[in-house]
Amino acid sequence: MSNAELIAEAGKIVDVAGKDAPLTVRGLTVSYGNKPAVFSIDASIPAGSMTAIIGPNGAGKSTFLKGTLGVVPRLSGEVRIFGKPFAEARDRVAYVPQRASVDWDFPARVIDVVLMGLYKSVGLFRFWRSRHREQAMECLERVGMADFSTRQIGQLSGGQQQRVFLARALAQNAEFYLLDEPFAGVDAATERAIVAVLKDLKAEGRTVVCVHHDLSTVAEYFDRVLLINVRRIAEGPVDTTFTAANLQETYGGRLATTHIDELRLA
Amino acid sequence: MDDLITALGAEFVQLSLTPIVIGILAAVACALPGNFLLLRRQALIGDAISHVVLPGIVGAFLVTGAIDAFPMMIGAGCAAIVAVILIEIIKRLGRVEPGAAMGLVFTTLFAVGVLFLEITDTSSVHIDVQHALLGNLESLIWFDADGWQSLLDPAALATLPPQLPRLALVLLGIVLFIALFWKELKISTFDAAFADAIGIHTRLLGFALVVATAIAAVAAFDAVGSIIVIAMFVCPPAAARLMTNQLSRQISWSVAFAVISAILGYVFAGYGPGWFGSPYAVSAAGMIATISGLILLLTCMFGPQRKRIGQGAEA
Amino acid sequence: MSFLDYFIDALFLQAGYNSALVAIGAGLLGLAGGGAGAFIFLRKRALVSDAISHATLPGVGIAFILMVAFGGDGRWLPGLIIGSAVSSAIGLLLVEWITRQTRLTEDAAIGAVLSVFFGLGIVLLTIIQTMSSGRQAGLESFLLGSTAGMLISEATTIACAGALAAGFVFILRRPMTLVAFDPEYAATTGINVRYVDLAMMGLALIVTVIGLKIVGLILIVALLIIPSVTARFWTNQVGLMIGIAAVIGGLSGYVGAALSAAAASLPTGPIIVLVAFGFFVISALFSPLRGGLASAMRHWRFQRRVHRRQGLLALARREPIYDGLTLRILRHSGMIRRDGVATLRGRIASQKAARDEARWAMARRILSDDSAVERYDGLTPIEDMMTPDQIDEIDRVILDQNGAPA
Repeated sequence: MSNAELIAEAGKIVDVAGKDAPLTVRGLTVSYGNKPAVFSIDASIPAGSMTAIIGPNGAGKSTFLKGTLGVVPRLSGEVRIFGKPFAEARDRVAYVPQRASVDWDFPARVIDVVLMGLYKSVGLFRFWRSRHREQAMECLERVGMADFSTRQIGQLSGGQQQRVFLARALAQNAEFYLLDEPFAGVDAATERAIVAVLKDLKAEGRTVVCVHHDLSTVAEYFDRVLLINVRRIAEGPVDTTFTAANLQETYGGRLATTHIDELRLA
Repeated sequence: MDDLITALGAEFVQLSLTPIVIGILAAVACALPGNFLLLRRQALIGDAISHVVLPGIVGAFLVTGAIDAFPMMIGAGCAAIVAVILIEIIKRLGRVEPGAAMGLVFTTLFAVGVLFLEITDTSSVHIDVQHALLGNLESLIWFDADGWQSLLDPAALATLPPQLPRLALVLLGIVLFIALFWKELKISTFDAAFADAIGIHTRLLGFALVVATAIAAVAAFDAVGSIIVIAMFVCPPAAARLMTNQLSRQISWSVAFAVISAILGYVFAGYGPGWFGSPYAVSAAGMIATISGLILLLTCMFGPQRKRIGQGAEA
Repeated sequence: MSFLDYFIDALFLQAGYNSALVAIGAGLLGLAGGGAGAFIFLRKRALVSDAISHATLPGVGIAFILMVAFGGDGRWLPGLIIGSAVSSAIGLLLVEWITRQTRLTEDAAIGAVLSVFFGLGIVLLTIIQTMSSGRQAGLESFLLGSTAGMLISEATTIACAGALAAGFVFILRRPMTLVAFDPEYAATTGINVRYVDLAMMGLALIVTVIGLKIVGLILIVALLIIPSVTARFWTNQVGLMIGIAAVIGGLSGYVGAALSAAAASLPTGPIIVLVAFGFFVISALFSPLRGGLASAMRHWRFQRRVHRRQGLLALARREPIYDGLTLRILRHSGMIRRDGVATLRGRIASQKAARDEARWAMARRILSDDSAVERYDGLTPIEDMMTPDQIDEIDRVILDQNGAPA
């Protein structure tokens, strides 16, 4: 078969998975220096799903996310968001970076950060107005942070900072949410609040992808998993993919077998 | 009372008004972009840029063979941009910290400037290292002014030192840049990855900010010298950061501090020695920098938001 | 005598007693600067030295004023050096104080201290210009340095102080290496990291004040920064890097001083800086370890490997290839024809790549504790990482599972 025929055939396959799926990744490779952080990853995230990206530390989970959004340069590979290049589908995507990636000593209040999520709806050369403030307050309400709107962001706890980041993403009113370690270092109450918001998003038909590190909550929070350790190990519904064998392959010797036994596996 | 009238009379307009206004314009033009440089941990870019102004003007002189403000400003601007690009390349190539890359580039370019000055015959013309460092704020007087009414006299206004309208224009440009790209500057300074993801060209914006910085530095150095430039990039914004936790207020404070430094610095330099019985004035540029430093010292000790708080305190 | 003759004379210390002393002094100064600078560089505080050097100026001015006030000669070099040391020490402490006590970051503190101290110094210089002593001329030379017309006593002072500083670097190299490499570990071995940091800064301060007369306060920071950035291109070892930095600094100082002795119109400071920069450019481009050319080549080869591997795997899985670079690479290496159909060679290579992938996948399952699996990068053939016995074992398991050879 020639390459042209193959492209035609693969087109059919993609159609089955949903040609306009929120995320289709083919052969994504990103390297820092001369070592690939992620190598030749394929993935396709169906609409309305809630997917956890799982893998050991340094396995390239965050890099995968950043690579799909072009925040870090790609060495090779192709990324389609809703069937289009990211630049054309940007407004339908909300990205929540790791909490530790920013300087929380920045001179801003909680509401200022949420207003950043309304950037697109404000427009070039214009300023935030009172109706934007109202929208921002609604988003803070949803994550239970309305009382903190005028607080300096440096005064917040880790969990509160994470909720503010989520509120900023909600303000973007996107169809596809990509979150990098939203549960890292947050208190139990925050974790519950964030999960509730994410499940609401899913219920509204939106798509959620989280980089996640706590294997014990995967089955409870998510319906799909993408297992990554530099390569893609497996991808699919939690029931069939979140298996001891796949985890063993993903984590290698770093995950004790007894630990796997304790997980609620399929 | 009579003293005051004399102090603010015709002689004041002729000798002191324009230097003070030029000092204020230069200080504010530098302090404004300085706010963002401070928050981006690039405070020392201003330092690097003001050092490479010297090779820029020397280069322009060697090319054109004339002492003319315009080509020299172009030369200085080009040198600043070359320096910024070199710093970027060395940072990437050598994977070294920005401070080291900056120090390497600006010392080398400064050395080139000094070398050119020494080996070419520039002794006959008026460029020297001291001028680049100190400026000549005191000499920017308004010859044709004979009192406050001159401000309404087109003929007299036409003889204003050219640095004044030039700096006013640059300041206007910088104010426009910051006002128009307020959201973009704020978002990309706080969270570059998020800014990238929502479609802000963070690299381009960062470069534009550095170019604005370079323009401010180049326009200011001609009038007031490099020292004020470096001091105004850092001191007023740093002092302002310790006064408030809101970016817009920080910027207002920095403008206020810049204006106060310029006025007090000029007044102390011109009249201060007289209070101690000395007939001579001291360097106004140096004094303005000193005053801005004193303001920073005061805010470091008493500024209401001087301490890191909460999570930030651990970092 | 030509310039070259003068230069060679100066290089071999034949150009007069004074120039020889200056060259030796500059060489020792560079040695100490390179060594001390390397520690500071490794602690990522290169520009602190910029604050130190600019903060010397008020000290020079005050020392001059005091010495004149007490009826002495305002230009007495040891006095000026002490004055500059005191004021730059104050500047250094202020940088530390601002960083510790307020929310401002170190770069802001550096910028503030260097500009304000420099401004204050300029104010003092303009005061000195109005003083009646009339011997103020020469203080400006501290801005850019000047060796022309240097007194023998001054040259001797500089040479001695340079030797002293180089000696200090040598004595303190072990604790400073430990701290620069891993401060936490150094602390557990009983080293007081804070004292060592202060000692490093003290050394930078000594280099700065000695260098004022030769290189000047604006350019002296180059002697602390450029040699260490240059040395970093040649080695990943801390100890070696410090040594290389010291040698490069020493050579720059010595050769630069000799050059400027040979041509009276060449100012010493800028020449020394440019010689150091020359070493930097050569290293940045041509160092085989981290130089630009070598890095670019490595990256290019690596990208090709990635694309080739991905392309072969896509061929094996009969997947389409969209990526232009991948197609080009496969075509150039004869793996596919112009129309994208795999050649015989391409089919063989792609089968091999696919078998390798299958073996690696199985290896991750059954040999997950093996160190080779941990180092897997997606590119290295399994034969390079595992023994034939291991591969046989992997093949057997694959055979068991699939019922057919991979």
